[in-house]
Amino acid sequence: MIASQNRLTRRTLLGAALAAGVGSAAVGCARAGTTSSSDSDGGRTKITMWTHSAGNEGELAVYKQLIADFNASQEQYEVVQESFPQESYNDAITAAATAGDLPVLLDMDGPVMPNWAWAGYIQPLGLDAKITDSLLTTAVGTWKDEIYSAGYWDAALAIFARRSVLEKNGIRIPTLDEPWPIDEFTSALETLKGAGYDTPLDIGAEDTGEWWPYAYSPMLQSAGGDLLDRDTLLSADGLLNGPEAVTFFTWFQEAFAKGYCSNSGTIGNQEFADDKAALAYTGSWNAKAALDTVGEDLLILPPPDFGTGAKIGGGSWQWGISSAATGAQLEGARAYLEFSFQDKYLVAFSDSQIVIPATDSARQASTYFGADGALVPFAELSASAAVLRPATPAYATISTTFETAAKDIMSGADIQSTLDTAVADIDANISSNDGYGASS
Amino acid sequence: MSAPVLPTTDPAPSPAARRDAAEPARRPRGQRGGRRRRTVLTYVLLGILGAFFLFPLVFMFVSSLKPDAQILQDLSSWRAFLPIGDVSLGNYDKIFDRVPVWRFLANSVIVTVVTVVAGLFVNSLAGFALSRLTWRGRGLVLGFVLATLVVPFETIAVPMVYWVSKLPTLGLENGVLVYDFGWLNSYKVQIVPFVANAFSIFLFTQYFSTIPRSIDEAARIDGASWFTIYRRIAMPLSGPAIATVAILSFLAAWNQYLWPLMVVQQEQLRPVMVGMQYFFQLNTAWGEVMAYTSLITIPVLLVFLVFQRQFIASVAASGVKG
Amino acid sequence: MSHTLTRPAVAEAPARPRRSRATRRERGVGLSMVAPAVILLLLFLVVPALLGLGLSFTNARLISPEAPRFVGLDNFVRAFTSDPTFVASVRNTVVFALFIVPFQAGLGLVLAILVNQKIRGATAFRVIFFAPVVTSIVVVSVLWKFLYQKEGLVNAAIDWVTFGAWSGADWLNNPSTALGAIIVLSIWQAVGFHMLIWLSGLQTISEELYEAARMDGAGLWRQFTAVTWPGLRSTRVFVLIQITIAALSLFVQVDVMTQGGPMNSTTTLVYHAVRQGFRNQETGYGSALSLIFFAAVILVTLLQAYLTRNKESER
Repeated sequence: MIASQNRLTRRTLLGAALAAGVGSAAVGCARAGTTSSSDSDGGRTKITMWTHSAGNEGELAVYKQLIADFNASQEQYEVVQESFPQESYNDAITAAATAGDLPVLLDMDGPVMPNWAWAGYIQPLGLDAKITDSLLTTAVGTWKDEIYSAGYWDAALAIFARRSVLEKNGIRIPTLDEPWPIDEFTSALETLKGAGYDTPLDIGAEDTGEWWPYAYSPMLQSAGGDLLDRDTLLSADGLLNGPEAVTFFTWFQEAFAKGYCSNSGTIGNQEFADDKAALAYTGSWNAKAALDTVGEDLLILPPPDFGTGAKIGGGSWQWGISSAATGAQLEGARAYLEFSFQDKYLVAFSDSQIVIPATDSARQASTYFGADGALVPFAELSASAAVLRPATPAYATISTTFETAAKDIMSGADIQSTLDTAVADIDANISSNDGYGASS
Repeated sequence: MSAPVLPTTDPAPSPAARRDAAEPARRPRGQRGGRRRRTVLTYVLLGILGAFFLFPLVFMFVSSLKPDAQILQDLSSWRAFLPIGDVSLGNYDKIFDRVPVWRFLANSVIVTVVTVVAGLFVNSLAGFALSRLTWRGRGLVLGFVLATLVVPFETIAVPMVYWVSKLPTLGLENGVLVYDFGWLNSYKVQIVPFVANAFSIFLFTQYFSTIPRSIDEAARIDGASWFTIYRRIAMPLSGPAIATVAILSFLAAWNQYLWPLMVVQQEQLRPVMVGMQYFFQLNTAWGEVMAYTSLITIPVLLVFLVFQRQFIASVAASGVKG
Repeated sequence: MSHTLTRPAVAEAPARPRRSRATRRERGVGLSMVAPAVILLLLFLVVPALLGLGLSFTNARLISPEAPRFVGLDNFVRAFTSDPTFVASVRNTVVFALFIVPFQAGLGLVLAILVNQKIRGATAFRVIFFAPVVTSIVVVSVLWKFLYQKEGLVNAAIDWVTFGAWSGADWLNNPSTALGAIIVLSIWQAVGFHMLIWLSGLQTISEELYEAARMDGAGLWRQFTAVTWPGLRSTRVFVLIQITIAALSLFVQVDVMTQGGPMNSTTTLVYHAVRQGFRNQETGYGSALSLIFFAAVILVTLLQAYLTRNKESER
């Protein structure tokens, strides 16, 4: 029952006899049968594409424009889009792969790419190197020396603060070169707690899923630990459960125990907007709203340094081509992607989603991340402090294992044994898949 | 537990309640006094329970009228139950921009109605044969049906996706009968797998067996076929079972969400529950979630309101005794 | 299993007709009447279940370039010997069912008796108690997650009712309260349905029986034990089986509210099977967990049917 990609051919029941009568044009024999694959209409090859953005009007509007422009720009291909809610997008893709019914173009969250490449859902992009070379390195997905995915932007996380609040409480404003060392950060939280903030830092722990490794594994890396040995990609031992990891998770557990953070509240930045939280660890996508409420007083600051420098996560949604695509569809998919990497679209995505455009020139042209943009600190953080999650098919397991372990620790579980279990789970998964071909 | 928060749902028979409570707890002196005290007690109990059952839903409806910031502000006070402050229908306006609400509602209505109607027929027919006809192998079939009760859908969803993607399907294309494979992206993939239902069969079997056998024997002597007995006698007498099965399958069909996510890729075929997820983007738009959930819950409540009268009436009309 | 569960159905069977042609005809009619349901159940339940179960003896993964390999009982050994989450999920499922079955059935009966009285507004209360049932469990879970927050409505209400003596807990984030919180919302959501089932049972009991009991001087409690409870026998079987199976299949609430946490305190068998088999893509292992689940449910159902039968024969 494993995702077989064979497309079944539609046949006529009543066969050639009727076909002769009706006329061969009408019967459309031997066309690919699956609705989402390769129907060609009026001579145009249909290119199906799926996005994760159902319900996100801003992003959909840009896609709509982009697709309309592409379809109008040539006669050979027609891109047809279908959007899915983000929450269940991966489930929908997995189901489609099980049924052998993947679209030609699909977007994916960066770290999931190697898993899909290994499983044969997607194929190397094969785009003009001029395009991929011009993109932020965190917007290009590489596995086994092949580029499988590329995106229009990267997102970035930072600590949001109010200048007035920090100054009133005598807290130093950190810079990219001199972030808060963790002890200074902890005492700042203590000060803010004393100043009447019930939970001074909204760290986002009420969220679930990929947010956890995206937001908190960079802190682990800042402490000197990691999710996996990046050289062998075979084991997490000593990195996810070593003394550095224990240092970070001890801080993490205490931050909740002492009430600096909580996992109540709602996803998003409302607590910071209402000044119920003095600091918020959140993404660029919330920055415009914060700018609107806080104005000039808003500070975009690097996260604390746990020992090896401040780090944030890199890698956001990117585009790939499914392995089902061949011939005209494959060419059409590439033509569309090459068309889509125009600065005007990158700028449009950036302005609507508040994410950092993937090319330099688009960054300069964007409203928020250009030379005088109000959110430039995100771009600087992204350029100097972004770490990608390990590029391995095992990431699907690493992600859920990390989330479970970190949540247990947050709830008071014993740190060392929880991490040891997590490492055992990850290592077992990798070895049961024969290393995911990492050694070859 | 939160009864006092909702004063309006209390029937407030307080003076009588106090008088009754003041009476010493003796054996009731007459029918009337005891019954009255019982009624008061019933209302008090109903009031408390009613408040407990209503408060989350009141909160949902009220919040659907407020902007996000205010929902969060009001969260820990009685204000959460009152439409006060910045109240508007703005959330309802916005959900129509985000989700093709009418389309999803229409899809859900189609899927639900067909599933319920087909299910009533298929399952009652099976229940009839299992309870009123005598035939060899009946026990075996009944055992089989009951065994399928224990399979929760979640555990077979994945093989099922694979399976329906391989099923043949017939269609007409330009006047030519063609066949194809794969049921994905259709109404039928949302309907057909859920028509037969072990619970419904079980319920009908149980219910039919309470109808006296002498009725069918008389009908048989008059030359009625089994199908006629099913259609003319058994079904008209089974109002409560029909209502229960209809409600049960209506709810299951209306609230489908895991399955359509997996097998329906085209937006134009999606049902209402999938629309819920449109609101959980990077940040959740709570006001809109509340508005959307209110909107998709109201039709179901209305259907039930209509149905429940018939449900009760049919019990009375059928005069079935246990 | 069939005999025990459907005793009322079978009990009334008439003497077997003597003429064999009629019997054969009756068999034909019977078979053709059950055929649509049986075929649909075979196609959309049995086949996928078998497909899945066949995989439980392999190391199949949902996505993998490698072909699945037969591994015998490895998956079962893994579940029972080296998967603490599995053990926790068995424990949680049992605890959940042990609480839900009596409380939900009991509360449902209380509600049914209350709204079965001839008083004004009974219909309105029926609708109120039933309202949570028509609200999708996904919606309900999202809603209650909100209410259960540390600074949410539930705690505000507790604070108010106890005059500030107790300010509640961080329900879903505390390993010792999370499952309890899910139990309460599950009862809240589903009990209205069982109220309806009880109600339809209550209404099949003749008013004359109550009158006769009252003439004999029976009080309310005596009327309940002598008339109501025996009159609800077949309803009881249905309610108990339905609640038990629904309880053992607990999934959505956990998926939406806690994802099995904190510290495995809310993970359940079905949740663990779906998580391993689908989200973690370990199809073979997930299928094995499902098979264990089926076996457990069948065992429980048989046990329940057996116990119910014993009670019947006492009468």
